[in-house]
Amino acid sequence: MDLLNQSVPLSWFLLLSAALFALGIVGFLLKRNIITVFLSIELMLNAVNLSFVTFAHQWHAVKGQIFVFFVMMVAAAEAAVGLAIIIAIFRARGTLAIDRIDLMKR
Amino acid sequence: MNTPLHLWLIPLLPLAGFALNSILGRGLPRWLVTTIGLLAPLGALIVVLNAARGLIGYGAGLPALPYVETCPNPWIALGSLRIDFTLALDQLTLVMLLVVTGVGFLIHVYSVGYMKDDPGYARYFSYLNLFLFFMTTLVLAGNLLLMFVGWEGVGLASYLLIGFWFTKKSAADAGKKAFIVNRIGDFGFLIGIFLLLSNFGTLSFANLSALVAANPAWTGGVFTIICLCLFIGATGKSAQLPLYIWLPDAMEGPTPVSALIHAATMVTAGVYMIARTHFLFDRAPIALLIVAIVGAATALFAATMGLLQNDIKRVLAYSTISQLGYMFLACGVAAYSAAIFHLMTHAFFKALLFLAAGSVIHAMGGEQDMRKMGGLRKKLPVTFWTMTIAVFAIAGFPPFAGFFSKDAILYYAFQQGMNGKILYGVGLLTALLTSFYMFRLWYMTFFGETRSHDAHPHESPWSMLGPLSILAVLSICGGWIGYGEGLGRFGEYLAPATGKLPEIAATPHLELILSIVAVLIALEGLLIADKYYRRKPERPAKVAAAMPGVYSLVSNKYYVDELYGAVLVKPLLFLSRYLLGWVVDLGIAGGVAWLLAGLANFGGAILQRWQSGNIRSYAAWLAAGAAVVLLFAMTISAGGWAQSLQIILKAMGR
Amino acid sequence: MHVILFAVFAVFCLAGAINLLVQTHPINSALSLIVVMTSLAVLYLLLGAEFLAAAQVIVYSGAVMVLFTFVIMLLNAGREERTLGSRVARVIGLPAVVAILAVVATVILHTQGLGGAAMSQGFTTTEELSTVLFHELLLPFEVTSVLILIAILGAVALARVEGSSADDAERTGQ
Repeated sequence: MDLLNQSVPLSWFLLLSAALFALGIVGFLLKRNIITVFLSIELMLNAVNLSFVTFAHQWHAVKGQIFVFFVMMVAAAEAAVGLAIIIAIFRARGTLAIDRIDLMKR
Repeated sequence: MNTPLHLWLIPLLPLAGFALNSILGRGLPRWLVTTIGLLAPLGALIVVLNAARGLIGYGAGLPALPYVETCPNPWIALGSLRIDFTLALDQLTLVMLLVVTGVGFLIHVYSVGYMKDDPGYARYFSYLNLFLFFMTTLVLAGNLLLMFVGWEGVGLASYLLIGFWFTKKSAADAGKKAFIVNRIGDFGFLIGIFLLLSNFGTLSFANLSALVAANPAWTGGVFTIICLCLFIGATGKSAQLPLYIWLPDAMEGPTPVSALIHAATMVTAGVYMIARTHFLFDRAPIALLIVAIVGAATALFAATMGLLQNDIKRVLAYSTISQLGYMFLACGVAAYSAAIFHLMTHAFFKALLFLAAGSVIHAMGGEQDMRKMGGLRKKLPVTFWTMTIAVFAIAGFPPFAGFFSKDAILYYAFQQGMNGKILYGVGLLTALLTSFYMFRLWYMTFFGETRSHDAHPHESPWSMLGPLSILAVLSICGGWIGYGEGLGRFGEYLAPATGKLPEIAATPHLELILSIVAVLIALEGLLIADKYYRRKPERPAKVAAAMPGVYSLVSNKYYVDELYGAVLVKPLLFLSRYLLGWVVDLGIAGGVAWLLAGLANFGGAILQRWQSGNIRSYAAWLAAGAAVVLLFAMTISAGGWAQSLQIILKAMGR
Repeated sequence: MHVILFAVFAVFCLAGAINLLVQTHPINSALSLIVVMTSLAVLYLLLGAEFLAAAQVIVYSGAVMVLFTFVIMLLNAGREERTLGSRVARVIGLPAVVAILAVVATVILHTQGLGGAAMSQGFTTTEELSTVLFHELLLPFEVTSVLILIAILGAVALARVEGSSADDAERTGQ
């Protein structure tokens, strides 16, 4: 029963993290709804968290995990404030499409 | 014990007068302006008289001439070039100063009465004082550069005073013309200065004269060129051919200005300059010949033009040009003292002529056309008698001043070999013409019936008549000082400064014979004028009708102004308007500015599109930036900056 | 078995992420993200971070995503319309993404010395975590709580309705 000793190469985790990150960027480039863009940003944060945990595992450093902890805290705070801003914008502009929310004259 | 002469007061007092009257003049009461305006030249005159007291025997304690005052700080001290503020007094300078400050002061007094009603009174006196400052600087200068400062300055003062009534277009134009033509001459002067400096390394008269005296073998060549360049400057300032055109137009200025600047002092600066640098001219016989020829030609040319002018001041202007020609003729035959002698007597009677003409004009309420005058003899007695004295003086009748000086010039011209005889002939003919047109003026103005019925001529106030009287006395006895062999005591006095007069072959009674010829010629001129303008006043019109072509040519001053306009002025205007105006100004300068602005605009337009407000494009650029940074980081970690650039370039190339 | 677990949940992650991109209605995207986060929690477990896995589920998918869902429902966001996309975003952004992915992948693949993750390598206990957190990193911890406080205040201030009846009631109540 070598089950417990089978290991997954860490590079796979890192590749997964990179892929999730890239998908997150694609999301905030291509999506039109503000909230969806925000979701893509959250996705990017999660991808980064995964790579942090991976490296924490490699070096046996607890601080890596604590950093993830802090990232989560900040992401939560950011989500709260960001969503509040989105609500305010929605009230002012009546739309959630980012293409329509610009005051700069072209 | 030698008392210092304080030469520096002579220029500086008028300068102070100028400063005070120009800055404060408008606010001061008229009597104060007059006082300042008169005290300044009076102060200068007193200093000069003090320096000249040796001439009348009170010379105890006077320092010997030449007397030099130098400012301890040099003006220019660069390597081997050193130029100081030096004021030098020698016999020549003293004579000139007496003329300048003496006649100048009289004209200042005259102006008080003449300009009484003019709103620009304070400005007038400030300009007049400014002129005196520059003129005395010119005369006192101990080196050519300081003289040039004075030279330019009198040109400036002349411009300001000619265009005094600048609201009148003709006056403003005349001022500009005078200044510009002067400038052309000054260019020649400057070239002369540069050549002198490069060849001899000094501009001080004392040094140059010593240098030249120490090398008797130097003649011709570079001297000729230098002297010709200096002479070009003199033609500009002293209104000789071809740069005389400004002087007739300069009559637009007030009459005292014409008397002071364009008769007695400024226009004689050219003669003074040549006398001052005579040691250079003595080494350049070709240049001297050219000077003499130009002088004689100008004298004749101007005299012919004066024959047909109707404006009283224009006649006097052409007469001035003609008499200046005489002075240059004298310089050209190396009789410098004779030129200065004529300069002095001419200052007396020409200033008197102008001032008297001013008195006539003042009496006629501003009328200057002689055809509208006549019969003023009884109405303006003092003016009439003083002007008569001046007219006889300029015509060359003894014992008046002009006889002695003109005679001396003709005598020395005659002595100069074959060329001299021709020059003498020209001079004699000019004397005839001079006598004729001056008496023509005399008759037309004072005799016959009054041709104008609107004017109410009245005699001028004593502030104007006083200087007239003093000048009349000078015109009578001013020439006596030059009576005798070699210009008598005058020539003797000036000899250390201007060199000895040319040696004369002792032909017995030659001088007497020539004098008698001259007097006969002058008499002939008087008689002709008498016939045409007093006894048979209708004759001139008939003569004019008989020779219409010649008449119109001469009365239009040979169309010289028009010629200059077409040949010089029009092409210059064309060039500046099209070449400089369109090509350089609009094209190049404007084009460069347009290009730069266009570039800025263009760059801005490109960058502006980046700030679109479109969040998604911002996001895209963010991603692109992040990609670039990552690429860099990867390649740098793979090995150095340069290598990373190489890797990127290779990847791009593939 | 490790590998199978990893494979399954990695696929879930990727599928959730792609679904997030593909869906047009934001609520669907939010729910896909919840799937991604939960799968990530399992992956954390695989890497021996038990506390983090729990925190991920509780905080992230349990609180943050719920907040998102609330807002989506509050604003009644509808389906996304098909509109002109930003050309710049496609032309510059997509190649940039590809570049980033390529660079990172290259670096990862070329790195030596990465080990593997196995269950037998032990967990990081909560005790270990908290020791470091409350001893060495106490200050950042406290500061984070201040940060969250500020975030709360900011969110309240931003989302407040100006001049609403709630305000009037407040004012007249004073």
